[in-house]
Amino acid sequence: MVELKNTSSLLEIRGMVKRYTLGETEVLALNRVDLTIEEGDMVAITGPSGSGKSTLMNILGCLDDFDAGTYIISGEDVSKLSGDKLANIRNRLIGFVFQNFNLLPRLSALENVELPLLYSANKDAKAAARKALEAVGLADRMHHEPNQLSGGQRQRVAIARAIVTNPAIILADEPTGNLDSRVGKEILEVFHQINDQGRTIVIVTHDSTVARHCRREVQIRDGQIVDIVEHNRSARELVAKAG
Amino acid sequence: MLLWTTIKIALRSMLANKLRAILTMLGMIIGVAAVIAMLALGNGAKSRILGWVSRMGKNTITIFPHNPKMPPVLNGSAEPLTLGDAEAMLKIPGVKYVSPVVTSSDPVKWGTNETYCNIIGCASTYIIIHDFQIQSGHMFNDFDARDRSSVAVIGPETATRLFGSQDPIGHTITVRTERFKVIGVLVPKGRQGWFDPDNQVLLPYTTAMTKLMGRAVALNHIDMQVDHAVDLTPVQEKAEQVLRIRHSLIQGDEDDFWISNQLQVIQMANNIGGAFTMFLGSVAGISLLVGGIGIMNIMLVTVTERTREIGIRKAIGARRRDILRQFLIESMLVSLMGGLIGVAVGVVAAHYVKFRNFSGQVEPHMVILALSISAAIGIFFGYYPARRAAGLNPIEALRYE
Repeated sequence: MVELKNTSSLLEIRGMVKRYTLGETEVLALNRVDLTIEEGDMVAITGPSGSGKSTLMNILGCLDDFDAGTYIISGEDVSKLSGDKLANIRNRLIGFVFQNFNLLPRLSALENVELPLLYSANKDAKAAARKALEAVGLADRMHHEPNQLSGGQRQRVAIARAIVTNPAIILADEPTGNLDSRVGKEILEVFHQINDQGRTIVIVTHDSTVARHCRREVQIRDGQIVDIVEHNRSARELVAKAG
Repeated sequence: MLLWTTIKIALRSMLANKLRAILTMLGMIIGVAAVIAMLALGNGAKSRILGWVSRMGKNTITIFPHNPKMPPVLNGSAEPLTLGDAEAMLKIPGVKYVSPVVTSSDPVKWGTNETYCNIIGCASTYIIIHDFQIQSGHMFNDFDARDRSSVAVIGPETATRLFGSQDPIGHTITVRTERFKVIGVLVPKGRQGWFDPDNQVLLPYTTAMTKLMGRAVALNHIDMQVDHAVDLTPVQEKAEQVLRIRHSLIQGDEDDFWISNQLQVIQMANNIGGAFTMFLGSVAGISLLVGGIGIMNIMLVTVTERTREIGIRKAIGARRRDILRQFLIESMLVSLMGGLIGVAVGVVAAHYVKFRNFSGQVEPHMVILALSISAAIGIFFGYYPARRAAGLNPIEALRYE
């Protein structure tokens, strides 16, 4: 496991430790994890349940704090930040895509996509949301509410919501987990498209097919990175074709 | 987060749970309607009382023979008010008219018709002091008083009861065994609570004292009117001084009479009316409080139900204050809408519900008060649930099923 230290990396984690106490026992969810992700990368984080990948995801997403180590994203050290400052980082630098879409009911697709911009008081929220929805191929579904959309369409709306703020990184947690394989493949295609436009994507998954779509696969066991596998482009294209 | 978007979201979630929203608002509707109706009713009662008082005449001072501050036992030994006292009042500068008054309650007869009414023995100036008008005929004059003429001026209600639609002028009525010729009828004033000025018989005080009261020297009260350009208070003080001397009271003795002026009565009526309004208003206010607790209850349920939504909002960058504000606006909106409907219901209720013989009077300040209270209740009782929402951990909130 070789990680070259690169201060201009998009995302850099050093010596990350996260502990949980379950009753009387202490669980080391992350045990001195180092991880660097470059701009434009598409990384999969894999591992069995309980391996610490969800914890890593929460910390990468600035949803959770940690006990030791540093985390620098887009040049900003967020290790010591908390509460509203982290909310601000999430709003500006991170776009989330969840397994169960997590769209707000009773809001149209357009309004769902606008939402992150409203929290940063963006003036052109509507125009930006429109553009993001067009980018994921939902130009004709903008005024539908989530319950009028299929699962694949909902996930596209969620992706549009993630990219609308122009974040440094897109964090996707099992994005195809609730979709059948055909629709899941379509969603991965969308991720490929936005990655081709230069966006950095991190996908947390236990599905090796999904992982093989990514350039790199970071494998986690027992709170530690055990391997980083490079999937070369031809293999990825092969996977993409095979589905 | 733009305010309008927050309001839109709040309205939508209310529309999605119509029944719940209405039930939540019901407490506020009832509370605000009750406050409006009660304040209006109290206000109506107050203006009704003030109406009575103002119709008693303008700039009037009344002297009573007993001092309510003195124990009843001592009142018995009090010097009575006499015609001499009344004459002495006329000499006080600023006093325009003085009328000695003796009263009794007796049945009055004309033929077979009989009615029970107040018999007032007074001077000719009595109707000026108390602002009565003559409808037909004329008032008795000072010569009638001097001569103890058997003449009477009757109220319109008395006239109707005794004479029906006939003109009473020139007819002779009987009080006890004495006969009086009706020479005038008063213009109706309207009933003033326990006292009906339209059902009375006015006689010259000399006539009443000799023929009906058995030559009694004690007056029931002395009514006087002060010049409009003159302040009531110094005249009242002067009257007190004069009476104290006439009643041979020494320093340290309590007055054995009581002087009240119209301003004091108006003030008293105002105080009573105000206290009445406050009382009714605070009783109704309790239901507002209950309505507020209802809102808090529902908001707590709402926060629990929408835990995941809160998680999503936090994940995409909502700060504590964004979430706090959203739920505060929602609870304020529910409360304010309830308040608006409540105002409408309260205004209608105040208009239609008549309590005895007065109805409610709604004033703009009551509506503003009720609406601001309902908004304040929304914020106050919405704060705890909103704070709970704002304090949720985003990871746990996202995981919430």
